[in-house]
Amino acid sequence: MIKKQIYDVVVIGSGPGGLAAAAAAKKEGADDVLVIERDTELGGILLQCIHNGFGLEIFNEDLPGPSYAQRYIDECRELGVETMLDTIVLEVTPGRKLYASSTIHGFVEIQARAIVLAMGCRERTRAMIQIPGMRPAGVYTAGTAQRFTNIEGKMPGERIVILGSGDIGLIMARRLTFEGAKVERVLEILPYLSGLTRNYVQCLQDFDIPLQFEHTVKFIHGKDRVEAVEIAQVDKNWNYIDGSEETIPCDTLLLSVGLIPENELSRQAGVLLDPITGGPYVDESRETNVPGIFAAGNVVHVYDLADWVTLAGYDAGKSAAKYAMALKAKESAHIPVKAGNNVHHVVPHTINKQNLKDDEIELQFRVVRPIEDRVMIEVHDGENRIARKAARYARPGEMLTLVLKERHFADVEKANSLTVDVNPR
Amino acid sequence: MQEKYDYIVIGAGVVGCIIARTLSRYEGRVLLIDKESDVCMGTTAANTAIVHAGYDPKPNTLKARMNVAGNAMWDTLAGELNFPFERRGDFVVAVGEDELPALETLMGYAKKNGVPGCVILPGPEVRRREKNITPDVSGALWASTGGITDPFAVTVAAAENAVMNGAVVKLNTEFQEFIMEGDRIIGIKTNQGDFMSRWVINSAGLFSDFVMHQAGVRPDFKIRPRKGEYFVFDRADVEIDNVLFPVPSDKGKGILVTTTVHGNTILGPNANIIDDKEDTSTTEEGMNEIWAGANKLVPSLTKKYVIATFAGLRPMGNGPCKTPGVDYNQDYIIEIPEEVKGFVNLGGIESPGLASSPAIAQEVIDLMKDAGEEFKVKKDYDPIRPERPRFREMSQKDRKLLVDMDPRYGRMVCRCENVTEGEIIAEIHAPVPATTYDAIKRRTWLGTGRCQGGFDTPRVVEILARELGVSPLEITKRGAGSEFLSRPTKKVEK
Repeated sequence: MIKKQIYDVVVIGSGPGGLAAAAAAKKEGADDVLVIERDTELGGILLQCIHNGFGLEIFNEDLPGPSYAQRYIDECRELGVETMLDTIVLEVTPGRKLYASSTIHGFVEIQARAIVLAMGCRERTRAMIQIPGMRPAGVYTAGTAQRFTNIEGKMPGERIVILGSGDIGLIMARRLTFEGAKVERVLEILPYLSGLTRNYVQCLQDFDIPLQFEHTVKFIHGKDRVEAVEIAQVDKNWNYIDGSEETIPCDTLLLSVGLIPENELSRQAGVLLDPITGGPYVDESRETNVPGIFAAGNVVHVYDLADWVTLAGYDAGKSAAKYAMALKAKESAHIPVKAGNNVHHVVPHTINKQNLKDDEIELQFRVVRPIEDRVMIEVHDGENRIARKAARYARPGEMLTLVLKERHFADVEKANSLTVDVNPR
Repeated sequence: MQEKYDYIVIGAGVVGCIIARTLSRYEGRVLLIDKESDVCMGTTAANTAIVHAGYDPKPNTLKARMNVAGNAMWDTLAGELNFPFERRGDFVVAVGEDELPALETLMGYAKKNGVPGCVILPGPEVRRREKNITPDVSGALWASTGGITDPFAVTVAAAENAVMNGAVVKLNTEFQEFIMEGDRIIGIKTNQGDFMSRWVINSAGLFSDFVMHQAGVRPDFKIRPRKGEYFVFDRADVEIDNVLFPVPSDKGKGILVTTTVHGNTILGPNANIIDDKEDTSTTEEGMNEIWAGANKLVPSLTKKYVIATFAGLRPMGNGPCKTPGVDYNQDYIIEIPEEVKGFVNLGGIESPGLASSPAIAQEVIDLMKDAGEEFKVKKDYDPIRPERPRFREMSQKDRKLLVDMDPRYGRMVCRCENVTEGEIIAEIHAPVPATTYDAIKRRTWLGTGRCQGGFDTPRVVEILARELGVSPLEITKRGAGSEFLSRPTKKVEK
């Protein structure tokens, strides 16, 4: 099903960073660009962000997430970017080989000349902030609740407390209110907002949803489904203030307590991660410490606006294309020399076209089977015979040679590859 | 028409499932019931996953005998049922000179209990074997027969093998009372109707006191839940390959730093006696206690890499040891009581209950034989429960073969633990079907990684709904009342 085994640029992820990287790589001159997306459609998390606020920086327009994504999906399509959907990348090697699997394409191995990591980020969970209590259904990260609501069309609950004032939490407070749920409270352990002020105004203030700073969840009640959360005020050191406890009956606790760059694949590839950001160390071209592996967007550090992710993706895609095309030029300067009939191996393995003007070139090789009679050694590029030489016999124990001289060089220069055969005469 | 069985096992934890599996070897109809939506929902679901060597229980107790006999049976059990089991050995770590005598005490227990392969190592040798251990280590008892396993995998595999050999498993089926004929038990009443049987085996764990009291047995016996809380680390960030116990105290075996067969380092448990048998909550105090305890053994741990916390309840009993001269009141009860006929009574099977479970099952059979029950091995008994593909453990080459054969193994549902749709579907249609999110999690290890189900939950809900032919609104985390979703969103008028 897969069209090629070698691509100039492979982009992992089709969110704002990945789509921009793919489009930029194509525009920069990369021939074969592939985007691998684990979901069934392009767009990444943008698809579940049905609220507006996208595109203000780039298009000076206020777009919903899916519309914003569509502009880049269309651009990629027009540019001829190839895509593999519903496909998960399992491993990336430092040599830029990718293993991926899919119900549609099966299990595939792809070699990339350059890779752009654009896997985005994941949400911090309840366990990471260690909220004590029971472990019932009804505790969701805000993004999971957003997927349930906007993609699956199902409500994650009816009476909701949100912990954390990150943007997705604020957006979900409004979204679930639209759907008729009651958002009881938004709590933030810090004395200030984590998300954008515009989201506080448009999502909480406009809907009279109370926000409490320096408050957190102290305990989750409920055996099967969340029944209530106990909240408390905290001091500067995040210790509970005695007497501030309050129990809020609810069936759902949403967590919007931070995002972490998603770098499991990067680690396997040997990409070094900054312990502060959780993302790869990158240079100004967005290249990581592993040559030919670039990274952009939330996989590097968490952004507040998708527009910035797009711009970072452009940079990475452009750099990846430059790297890939330089590598390809180097590869195409080299003509592979292959072992043909009855030849075990040939050295050198390649001939650099740029060196053809210099001295003659000696091919050294051994045969597989002995021929105790006269043999013909022949170097050819398919139908086109380039050089030949006779010998009285050929034995595996004795190395054979054939010298390519200046008169052969014009043919060598035109060849896609050279093959050495040793046949009986 | 009432269903008639020869053997009914109440409670589908590891002990109940292995008893049912052992009984299924013989002719006769076996019924295994549990009040929960799946097997393995109680004590077996939340513990340290260690197959103890047997140096810890007080000598001459039933606990000691079951532990040592049980430990030796695990290689065969794992081989037949195809679940992960590794005999890595374990350390009891003494910190400072004051703790050294405790190792001698344990070594004495080991000798009396007949535990093979124990030795006391000096501090520097312990440091050499586990570089993360505290520099204050003064020595350790090394027990080479200690093992680690996956309690879910064991329990599910045993239940499946029982079903393969003709046993019936009924979930969401809660025992209420016995049906008696004189002093003989002839059946049980449950919330799903009555079931008749010649024998009933009480392996109800935390609720075993209730079951035996319904039979009029041991009215003074009481289970007191002893809660233990745990931390789980991301396996990419914390790698401790050994099983490290502190020296034991009067509260039990203490807070461990240990590895799991899945590669995650875990910390815990503490031990707090509580009243509520449903209270599996974690607490702030408990988590602080675990942290302090674990740091004593491994000072370099950091909370940054914690990916999960959980708590489990051990069914601590008050059964006196029957061996004359042994003063011990938390021994296992495994007996055929005199008061009623047709009843095998188990109680107080707390740690090392996992290690002991195969020996307990054998003990149950032996007691019934002594009481005159005749067991005849089925002609077509098959002890092997075949392994199912585990994508994350396969080489890239084997993955390709699997995906070529069945493309459903090509779709990744859990990105952290690499669990595919094919594996989930196989579990939903297995001999003991997984019908809830947690049931799939227990069987595939999905959702246990660093995103804790954030990615897979909507996808699993969708797959369960499709495969079970129900609405996504009916899909639960762990049975009725734990539905994930409340209603559809508003319809958009076109």
